[in-house]
Order: sequence, then C-alpha cells, then structure tokens
Amino acid sequence: MSKYLIKGGRVVDPETGIDGVMEILIEDGKIAAIASAKSKTENRKSKIIDASGKIVTPGLIDMHVHLREPGHEYKETIETGCLAAAHGGFTAICCMANTVPVNDNQSVTTYILDKAKTAGTVRVYPVAAISRGLRGESLAEYGELKAAGAVAVSDDGNPVMNAHLMRRAMEYAKGFGLLVISHCEDRNLSASGVMNEGIVSARLGLAGIPAAAESIMVARDIVLSELTGAPLHIAHVSTECSVRLIRDAKERGLPVTAETAPHYFSLTEEAVMGYDTNAKVYPPLRTARDREAVCKGLADGTIDVIATDHAPHSSIEKDVEFDQAASGMIGLETSIPLSLKLVERGVLSLRELVVRMSASPARILNLDAVGLRPGNPADLTIIDLEKEFTVDSNQFCSKSRNTPFDGWKLKGKAVLTMVGGKIVFDAM
Amino acid sequence: MKFDKKDILDIESLSVEEIQLILDTAETLKEISSRPIKKVPTLRGKTVVNFFYEPSTRTRTSFEIAAKRLSADTISVSASTSSMVKGETLIDTMKNLQAMNPDVIVIRHSAAGTPHMLARLVEASVINAGDGMHAHPTQALLDMMTVREKKGRLAGLRVAIIGDVAHSRVARSNIVGFMKMGANVVLAAPPTMLPPGIEVLGAPVTYDIDEAIEGASVIMVLRIQKERQEGFLFSSEREYARYYGLTMKRLDRAKNDVMIMHPGPINRGVEIAPEIADGPCSLILEQAANGVALRMALLYLLLGRR
Repeated sequence: MSKYLIKGGRVVDPETGIDGVMEILIEDGKIAAIASAKSKTENRKSKIIDASGKIVTPGLIDMHVHLREPGHEYKETIETGCLAAAHGGFTAICCMANTVPVNDNQSVTTYILDKAKTAGTVRVYPVAAISRGLRGESLAEYGELKAAGAVAVSDDGNPVMNAHLMRRAMEYAKGFGLLVISHCEDRNLSASGVMNEGIVSARLGLAGIPAAAESIMVARDIVLSELTGAPLHIAHVSTECSVRLIRDAKERGLPVTAETAPHYFSLTEEAVMGYDTNAKVYPPLRTARDREAVCKGLADGTIDVIATDHAPHSSIEKDVEFDQAASGMIGLETSIPLSLKLVERGVLSLRELVVRMSASPARILNLDAVGLRPGNPADLTIIDLEKEFTVDSNQFCSKSRNTPFDGWKLKGKAVLTMVGGKIVFDAM
Repeated sequence: MKFDKKDILDIESLSVEEIQLILDTAETLKEISSRPIKKVPTLRGKTVVNFFYEPSTRTRTSFEIAAKRLSADTISVSASTSSMVKGETLIDTMKNLQAMNPDVIVIRHSAAGTPHMLARLVEASVINAGDGMHAHPTQALLDMMTVREKKGRLAGLRVAIIGDVAHSRVARSNIVGFMKMGANVVLAAPPTMLPPGIEVLGAPVTYDIDEAIEGASVIMVLRIQKERQEGFLFSSEREYARYYGLTMKRLDRAKNDVMIMHPGPINRGVEIAPEIADGPCSLILEQAANGVALRMALLYLLLGRR
C-alpha cells in the first residue's frame, strides 16, 4: 500500500483540536503521524500530496443516502452512489432500507456490503428497516441485522404510524445497541399533500402538507425516547417547531439527535413555483422562517448533523405531472459547497461545519476511530474552499439528475477523498 | 392592442389590458351564436385538440362549439380513450400530438401545473381548461364577461365568493381576476374550506356568510364536492346548507340587483337553494352561454397572432 505525505494543507480536525498547517503521514492505510511542518515527518518513500491553500478534514460522513440497489438500479447503483459520494468528498455513507427487496433481513444487508466492497470506494454502513417490508406491522430481525453489519434501523420514506410499534422498536433496538432513525411524518396530516402548506401552495393550487405533519411526529418520538430511554435520531428536520422540540428534548438531557439536509437550509417553498418537480421532496421545502430556524438549530447544536437524503430518481419519475412525480433530490455532489455557504454566512464556523459532517455522525452511529489520530484509518477529505464552479448535473457521477441546484454558481469543492489510505477521488 | 400571448395558463399572467381585450372580443363574437347559420370561416384550416383528463360536460362542449363556430377542426380526447390507459406518459402523448401539428391544445387535468408543463413542451398554443385546484382561467374570464355585461363595469363591485375555496380552481382564478379588474372580493367559508395562505391573494376572509353577502353586487357560489366529506371538511350536507348555503332569506342582505353565479354543476338545496338557482337573479345559464363567446375570443386571439 502506498505511503502518502499530505503537505501544506490547513488541517481542521475538531476531534483533536487541530486547526493549522500540518503534515500528515499515511502508512498501511492508517495515519502514521500528524505533526507541524517543522517537525519533519518527511519520508523519502512516500508520495507527496501538496495540499497548500486547501483544507484537510477527517473523512466526511453522509448518514442519509438512498443507494437504490437492490431493486432500482436504473436510478442508482451501490457503485455509482459510492462514486458520487467520493466525488462529493464523503468517505462514508449510510444507505437507507427502502430498496426492493427491503433491507429487513441479513441477506440484503450482506448483499449491500458485498457490493460496496466490490465497488471499493467509500465505506457503506447499511441502515436496516424498523419494520418488515417497511409496512409498520412487525419488527425486523435487529439482532441478525446488526450481526450482518447494520448500524441503525429506519423505515425512512415511510413513517412508523403505529406508536406502539415505534415504542417496541426503540426498546428492542436498544437491546442490540442499534440506533433508531425516525422519518417523522403523520400520514393522516400529510395526506395527499405534495408541497408545504402555505402561501405558495395556496397560489399554485397544490395540496399542502402542514409543518405540523412533521413536528407532531417529532414530538411523539421524543416522548417515546423518554419512555424507553432509547437513543433517537430524527432525520431531515425541516420545521421551526421540530427544531424547538428537539432543542427542548436536548435541554432535558434526552438521548435525541437530529440531522437536516442542505436543501432545507438552502431553499424555501418558493423553489416549487413553476411546478419544478426537482423541488418536490419529503418533507417538503418550507418557509423562509423555517429555513432560518433550521440554520439556528445548526448553529446552536440542536441539529447535530448535515446529511443529504440523497434520493436519486430518473426522468421516468420526474418528467411527469407534479402530483405524480416522485419526491426526493440527489445531494451527494452538492453538499459541501451548499454547506460552506453556512460558513460564508457566519452560521457555522469551519470547525463546526466539520463537526456536523464528520464527528457528529460518527459518534451518533457509534463508529470508532473518529478524527485524524495516529493509528486511525486514513479517511480524509481535502477541500478547495476557493474553487468556483457551476453545478452541471450532467457531470455528476450519480446516475440520476434530479437536483434543483443545476446551474447554481457555487464555491468550494472536494478535490481529494481518501478512504483507508486509498485515494478514491482525486482532482488535485 | 396586439395580443401576443402563446398560451392561456392562468389569470396571473394576463394584464388588465389583455383581459379587457379578451372581454371586448368575446362581446363582439357573441352575436355569431344567435345567427341562423352559426358559423364564420375565421379559423378554417386550424386544428384544435381538446384533451380532457377529467370529466367535463360544460367546459368541453363549450370549447368544442366555440372552435366549430369559428370553422376550426376539433378533436376531443379523454383520458379513458387515450393511450394513457396503455401506460403512456403524458409527455409522450403530448409530443406525439404536437407532431401532428395542432394549432391549439385545450387541456384539463387533475394535477395542478400540467398545462404549464405542456406549454413548455409544445409549439401549439395551450389553453388551461382547469388544472387540479390551481386555475380555471376561461371560467374566470367568462364570469367577468357576464358581470361586466350586466353591470357595465367590474371596478368597485363587491363580489362575495362562498364555499369550498380550498379545492376550487374557479375561486382562485376569480379572486385574482376580479381583484385585478378593481372589484372588492370577499371570501366566506367554514375554516376547513379556506386554505392556509389564501390571504396572499389579497381578498378578506370571513366565516360568516351573512357578513360576506352584505351589500354584495355579485354572489358566486362554489360547488360542495360531496366526495370531500371524507376529508372532514364538513359534518353533513344538512348542516352545510343551514350555515353556508345561499337561501332566499340570506339574499335580503345583498343589493337589490344582486347577481348570483355558480360555475356548475350545482347541488340543489346544498350550497344553493333551488328557487335562487332558477330565480331571476341567477346568471347560471347566462354564464354557460357566454362561455362559448369567451372561448371563441380566446381561440381567435391566440391564432390571430400567427
């Protein structure tokens, strides 16, 4: 295995507290040494990676991705999704269980991990189903799923409408040390809605989904976390009320964590004007007020994680009537620049952004080896903060093109992604 | 004034001058329908496709008659007879239709925004004949025509729109249209039938139908969609009729020369008492008659640009 010496880059690692120009020596897939430039980590046999003018962070983790394989390989495969992740600067991703067949038994988990291994790029951590077939009727086999490699359970895409089942899921998962990730949506309230309920839906004549459809379930699941003592992670937070509920839960010391996605802090419901199906997503894009609340939640740590909810769909699902269009957007290859806008706006410091995209998801998922410490696997991302570019979905590694950010001029991009000492993406 | 719109998708995208021109043109063309030979050669050699994905009697017939009175060739396609039943996507159907080079495609669809999608896709002019809960611009235009014809103006009139605003594309288009022309629009409905955010359209809202009717020159009654009871919008037709239905007694609060309108089809005894629907103030059938003239005007103006 190659030895590398990364020189000249500003290392930003909240775990070790490092923020400065350092040299990182990589041997046998691991971080062998990390030291200031003066201390001569130079090793003649190592390949030099000149990261001058760029930042080096611990490998970024996207804990909410839909890889679509098995079942919908025409939208994305494990291989293309992993490649998109590598190009987006991620060294690890969690893939959701709503494949066909559903990842509700260990053979599917094993299949995903085998495929990911063959793809050989980023690390894949499968999230298994809460309920068999995502039907919300009976529990999946958490013990076996965990043994096969699942790191969490979620019926993402579907809410668990039955509070009793959710309670038992949280208790049962706790026994196996599995995290429960909740897709919070009251289906009775969201009903036939296709966008946020408010002034834009009133104008467009589209059926609305009230913010309460999400927040009510956030409240329910927080109460269930309190009842069961089980850790709860709330996926794709989009409303002001949800942020408030989570903030309150954290203040009371409950084991509740949360994520939001770049589209919730970058866009509002206005993006739906003109009936753009690429702006159709669940939960729906909300109001400017919700967006600001989400930003505040990120700033004060109420929202722990930025995850993309990368949801590939082909033109077959998107080039149709708005009501019929599938919901979801891809995000792996636009997450870094959109998130860096938060730094530019002063919402987060660069250090805090790295926490939200690396250390926090690692801790929530109980992954070991967090941060750029000697002995840890060499998972890292090099980012050029100054690189300006125009989003062109035709250049994406993802198989799908469903992004509302096409044509946006953005700044900041991953230029190198390394997983276990192997360069999986290199645009240096 | 030159009319250079390619499509008629909603009222928002029409200017006051354009609306006036459409209404003026419709008034001129209205006379054709009372001739012994109800046909002029104006649009000979033009093709109008009526594409209706939702059931419709009034609007579809109205468009068809309008096109025929102008000598255009018309073809009507409905969802059940189209290749959609074979699983073809709407976009593919539309591309194939476009390949046959029609001049106008009239579309009704249950999904809001579908005419907008179509308009971006085809060269033919697109007329929205009703999309989901979004817009029904030709209905609003014919309503404005009918009121203007009777009252001589639209500006300053108090127009009460009563009933299920939330699910009504007619209401949305009429609110925008009448307000654009200077009328004072007021909405009255139970809160379940007023969509959150409706205030963005600028019309005041009340839950008290009597308050809305007070001093009204025009009362527009919306159809109660009986299938909506499943969405918990109201408890019973009986109670709806009692608190929100238009009755003779309630009518006393309106102006003496009040006009009653309804986009149809009506539920007698629910949102409107039969004696009002059939009474002297009712313009319901006048609306249907003007619908033909208005749609003739739109076809004429759209095709006149070429």
